[in-house]
Amino acid sequence: MADIDDTVVEARKVCKFFGKFQALADVDLKVSKGETIVVCGPSGSGKSTLIRCINALEQHQSGDLVVCGIPLSGTRASIDAVRRRTGMVFQNFNLFPHMTVIENCMIAPMKVKGMSRDEARATAERFLKRVHIPEQADKYPIQLSGGQQQRVAIARALSMSPDVMLFDEPTSALDPEMVREVLDTMVELAQGGATMICVTHEMNFARQVADRVIFMDRGAIIEAGEPEAFFSAPRSERAREFLAQILH
Amino acid sequence: MFQQFSLNHVYFMLTGLGWTIGLAAIALIGGSIAGSVLTLMRVSANPVLSRIAQVYIFVVQGTPLLVTLFIAYFGSTYLGFTVAPLTAIAVAFSFYAAAFLGDIWRGAIQSVPVGQREGAHALGLSGADTMRHIIIPQAIRIATPPTVGFFVQLIKNTSLASVVGIVELTRTAQIVSNATFKPLEVYLTAALFYFLVCFPITLFSRRLEKRLSV
Ligand SMILES: Nc1ncnc2c1ncn2[C@@H]1O[C@H](COP(=O)(O)OP(=O)(O)O)[C@@H](O)[C@H]1O
Ligand SMILES: [Mg+2]
Repeated sequence: MADIDDTVVEARKVCKFFGKFQALADVDLKVSKGETIVVCGPSGSGKSTLIRCINALEQHQSGDLVVCGIPLSGTRASIDAVRRRTGMVFQNFNLFPHMTVIENCMIAPMKVKGMSRDEARATAERFLKRVHIPEQADKYPIQLSGGQQQRVAIARALSMSPDVMLFDEPTSALDPEMVREVLDTMVELAQGGATMICVTHEMNFARQVADRVIFMDRGAIIEAGEPEAFFSAPRSERAREFLAQILH
Repeated sequence: MFQQFSLNHVYFMLTGLGWTIGLAAIALIGGSIAGSVLTLMRVSANPVLSRIAQVYIFVVQGTPLLVTLFIAYFGSTYLGFTVAPLTAIAVAFSFYAAAFLGDIWRGAIQSVPVGQREGAHALGLSGADTMRHIIIPQAIRIATPPTVGFFVQLIKNTSLASVVGIVELTRTAQIVSNATFKPLEVYLTAALFYFLVCFPITLFSRRLEKRLSV
């Protein structure tokens, strides 16, 4: 059993509504330090909403959500505290186009952590090496391939040394030949002991590094289990249908 | 008898050009300051502030500058205090420019993709830092061409100041034209002067756009 201090994310009966539409329905989830969780499910099932609630880009309406030991209560202080301890990688990268690659990775350490320019540069260089693109540091995002941009986005998130990394379909917007390099980077991260919650349909990635696969449908977690068990013998009908679809 | 259109007339028109440039500077500076305030109100989370700014923009954009100018000039007299023509102009032009700039700049800020704000928030950047380092630099790039377009428009609109007695470029041209009865030469000269002021601005804007569009 994991020590209580090892819990990075804990959700209890979390509900989220957009107007009358319920996007999350009584979600229970516990993620411990060092775990890699893969979240999958049909489009519109609430996967993005779940991880966006975890880093407080969205506010849940009921239930308890504790991230990095901070209860998300809707207060400014709790939102800011959680955001600076969680890293997020978006489907569309969301890099800052007016800044160079290294500036993208320096802005948050400088403005949020109060690092000096030199310190921030050293940190950024370290993480750009980690995602294998130190030579692109002074380019602008638009000069990079999609795969490289997404790796910059990963380095940018890592530059804040977050306690948990959240990935929202990080390879869905990429050309097929670039998916591998991003997944490889994520595998290295996972194997290096990072805590990760990844929304992805890349089953090989899940097989390789996931401790658990979570299947969502209509805002609820339908199934959770080890990747091999989930992929070879899903228990629910909906998961079976979903897997049949993504295996085409 | 009519006079010859001479160098002396051109000098006289140059003093008018001086006034035109001065008026334009007042309008640009006053309008930019007031426009920034309006922009901030417009994009603020406070619905009352945003609404006030919206109504202001709506009303002032719908009023001809000439009318705004008359209201500022004669309105103050009506209220019992006389204002110098220059003050009336400074006020009217600033209020007028603010309504357009506030709208242009709001549009630019809101056209920065929402993913940029989310990317910044996800990194823990505060609202103010996000605005300052992420949103505004990108909004400036978007806003530059329409802002410069409006500035050029505003410079030309300073000719309206003649109605409250300021002898700016268009007014000097009128005077010279009446004296020499050479309207074509005189007004072509005036047009050239306007062009010489506006063209560098347009050129500068092109440069800026290129430099900003990485
Ligand atoms: N900002 C929003 N406003 C209204 N509805 C939303 C919003 N964001 C997401 N939704 C709805 O919530 C549901 C879940 O969305 P999402 O979490 O993005 O699904 P997924 O990532 O699994 O595809 C969808 O039906 C979507 O239309
Ligand atoms: Mg999604």
